[in-house]
Amino acid sequence: MAYKMLDGNGAAVEAIKMAKVQVVSAYPITPQSTIAEKLSELVASGELKAEYVRVESEHTALSVATAAQLAGVRAATATASQGLALMHEVVGMTSGCRVPIVMPVVNRGLAAPWTLWADHGDSMAERDMGWMQFFCQNVQEVYDLTVMAYRVAEDENVLTPAMVCLDGFFLSHSMQKIDIPEQKLVDEFIGPYVAKNSYLDTEDPMFICNLTGSDEFTEMRYQQKTAFDNSIEVIEKVQKEFEEKFGRKLDIVEGYKTEDADVVLVALGSMCGTAKYVVNKLREQGKKVGLAKVTVFRPFPFKQLEDILSEKKVIGVFDRSAGLGGQGGPLWSETCAALKKCDSDIRHFVGGLGGRDVTIVTIEKIFNELLEIKEGKRETHTEWIDVKENAMDIRQVEKNA
Amino acid sequence: MHDIKHVSKGLMPHGMSACAGCGLELLIRKVMDVLGEDTIIIIPPGCAASFSGYGKETSIKIPGYQGNLENTAASAVGVRAALNAKGNTHTTVVGFAGDGGTVDIGIQALSGAMERRDKILYICYDNEAYMNTGIQASSSTPYMASTTTTPAGKPTGRKDLMQIAIAHDIPYAATASIYNLTDLKKKVQKAKDTDGPSLLHVHTPCPTGWRYAPAKTVEIARAAVQTGCWVLYEYENGEVTINYKPKELAPLEDYIKLQGRLRG
Amino acid sequence: MQKQQETLTKKSKRCRVYGPVANVYAASNTGSWRIERPKVNFAACIKCGTCEKFCPTNVITIKKDKAECVEIDFDYCKGCGICANECPKKCISMVPERSED
Repeated sequence: MAYKMLDGNGAAVEAIKMAKVQVVSAYPITPQSTIAEKLSELVASGELKAEYVRVESEHTALSVATAAQLAGVRAATATASQGLALMHEVVGMTSGCRVPIVMPVVNRGLAAPWTLWADHGDSMAERDMGWMQFFCQNVQEVYDLTVMAYRVAEDENVLTPAMVCLDGFFLSHSMQKIDIPEQKLVDEFIGPYVAKNSYLDTEDPMFICNLTGSDEFTEMRYQQKTAFDNSIEVIEKVQKEFEEKFGRKLDIVEGYKTEDADVVLVALGSMCGTAKYVVNKLREQGKKVGLAKVTVFRPFPFKQLEDILSEKKVIGVFDRSAGLGGQGGPLWSETCAALKKCDSDIRHFVGGLGGRDVTIVTIEKIFNELLEIKEGKRETHTEWIDVKENAMDIRQVEKNA
Repeated sequence: MHDIKHVSKGLMPHGMSACAGCGLELLIRKVMDVLGEDTIIIIPPGCAASFSGYGKETSIKIPGYQGNLENTAASAVGVRAALNAKGNTHTTVVGFAGDGGTVDIGIQALSGAMERRDKILYICYDNEAYMNTGIQASSSTPYMASTTTTPAGKPTGRKDLMQIAIAHDIPYAATASIYNLTDLKKKVQKAKDTDGPSLLHVHTPCPTGWRYAPAKTVEIARAAVQTGCWVLYEYENGEVTINYKPKELAPLEDYIKLQGRLRG
Repeated sequence: MQKQQETLTKKSKRCRVYGPVANVYAASNTGSWRIERPKVNFAACIKCGTCEKFCPTNVITIKKDKAECVEIDFDYCKGCGICANECPKKCISMVPERSED
C-alpha cells in the first residue's frame, strides 16, 4: 500500500499501467489529453511495456484498440466528448464483437455549443451501445473502478467493454491523495489477459464480424443482453473480492443516509461528493435527507434502486445531461422505470451542464424543494435548477433591419 | 478453427459470391497464393466483404476481421501492434479495401498508418466506384465515367492514390493490374517483404459497374495499360520505376469502346 | 495446405462463441448461375495454362498428360467466358448451358 498524489487522469493511467496493457492508442482531447501524454511517457521510459500507436483520430484510436485486443492483448484507449462521439460507430463494433476493452471517458459536454467542461452528455449518448458504464465520485474511485472494470469486463459470463466515466476537470484535473496497492496484488486480482471468445490467431483461424442475417442478429443482441443480466452478479462478486483484497468498499448504488430519509436525491459522478456534504449539513439541521449515489449506470441497477427507494415518497433525480426532447433526462427516465411499481413522486432536475459547478447552494435548494413537496407546501419544482432567469436573452445582437 | 465443408485449391473456395468475371475475385486469389497462411486479413464492407461471408460461412481460410468502412488501415495497425507486442513479427497483416474505402472514407486511417510507418500491407482493389452499394461514384472514378451518382459522366478526374502514398514517402508502393499476373505476384511479394507500410493499387475491372460482358475483364485491364489509362509503376525507397512503357500508346477509343460506362 | 490438415488432426473441443463469427469454410453453388459454359477443343489446346491462370473462380486445371487436358469444375464455373476470351488459340467456345453437347 502506498499513497500517491494523483489527479483523475493520473489515477486512470496508473490503473491501466498496472493492468499491464500491451497496446495503447490514444488521441488527445481536453480534458483527457494528459492520459495520452502520461501513457506515452510510461512507454518511452519502459515502465509500461507496450506498443504506443500515436493515432490520428479517436475513430482510429478505438479501431486500433479493438483490433489489437482481438489479436490477443489488452489494449487501452481513453477519450472525452467529441472524441467519444467520433468513436461512436466503433463503440458498437467493440461491444458487438464482445471485446472487453476498458476505456476511461473524461465526461465533457458535446458541442454545440462548444464546451470544454464537465457534463455527462457524451457518455449518455453511448448508453445503448452495449458498454458497461461506471461513474466515479472521486479520484480513488477512478483508480478502483478501472481496476475492477478489467475483472468484470473480461469475465467469461460478461465479455462486455466498460467505460469508466470521470467528470472533466472536477476529477480529471483535481489532485487527491490516493492509495495505490502493490503491483503483485493487482496482478493477482486482474490476472493476465486471455482471449476468451473470438480472436485473430493464425493457429486457430476464424472470421470475425462478417454479415449476419435477420435470422441471427436478434440472438446476438440477446447474447449481449444476457451478458448484462449476468454482469450485476459479477460486479457484486468483484466488488466483494476487491474489498477483501484492497480494503475499500464500493456499491453498485450507495445509499448514503437513505434508510430513514424523508427525501432522497439520485445522482451520478463527482457531484455526489458535494451532495454527501450537503446531506450531512442538512441532517445537522434536523432535515432527514439522503443520497443514492449510482456508481454503475450500465447495467442499470434497477433492483438496487428499488431496494433503496421503494418506500420513499418523494425522490429527486439529478441529470447532468440535458436529455433533450425527452420528458426528462436519462437517469430520471430510467429511475422512474425502476420504481414503476412504487407510488413515489419522482422529480427531475437538470443542472451542472457544460462545466457549471453543482454547488452546495444548488443541492441544498433541491433538497429543500423536495422536503417542501413532501410536506405538501409546494407542488412544482425547479426542473432546470441552475438555469439563469434571462436564459432566452443572453445573446442580444444588432442585426440588419 | 474452421469446419472445412469444401475442398479448394488455395485459401479461397471456388464458389464465391462475386459477380461472374469479377476482377477482384481474380486478384484476391493471386494475393492469397503469394501471402500464404501466416496472414491476418482486414476487409471492410464492400465487394470484398462478400468473401468475409454470411452467417456461419466464410470464404477465407485465414483469420480475418470485417471492421468499418473507414478503418481498414487502423484495424490492420491494431493487429500489427498486438502481434509486435507478443513478439510476432512474421505474420503478415493485410488490409484489403476498395477504392471508396481507401481514397474517400478510408484516407485518414491510411494516411495515419503511412506517416507512422506502421508495417501493414495495404491493398486497394480499384473497381473505380462504390460497386457493392450499387455503382456510385468514388473519388477514384475516372473522368466522364457514368455511375449511378454521376449518370451524365463524372465531371472531375480521379484522386491519385499513388501520389498520396509517395507524398508520405513510404518504402514501397506500386500499381498493378489483373491482366499481368506475373508483375502482380512479384509486387505482392515485394510488398510483403517491405519493412514498413506498403501499398498496392490494383486495377480490377468490374463487368457489372463498367457495363461490359464478363468475358472481357482481362482484355479491358490490358487495354487500360496499353492506352495509358492505367500505368504500371513502382515507388521503392524514393525511386520511381515504370514497369511497362508501351512503345506507342494505343488510341483511347480502344479502351472506351469496350465499356458501357464510358461509351455514353 | 499441410497446416490446414495438421489443424484438422489437432485436438479441439466444441465451445460457444458469442457474437458474429464465421468458421465454416464453405462454397456457394455458383455453378447454378451459368447460362453458358466453356467448351474446350482439346485437340487444338496447347496447354499453355492461360485459361487456368485467368479463371477468377480458379476452377480450371490443366492436365498435361491427359487427352482431355483442360479440366473444369462445373460445380462452380460461373460461365463468365474469360477463359474463352483470353485463350491464345481460341480453342474454347462458350455454348449455351442447356446445349446438347
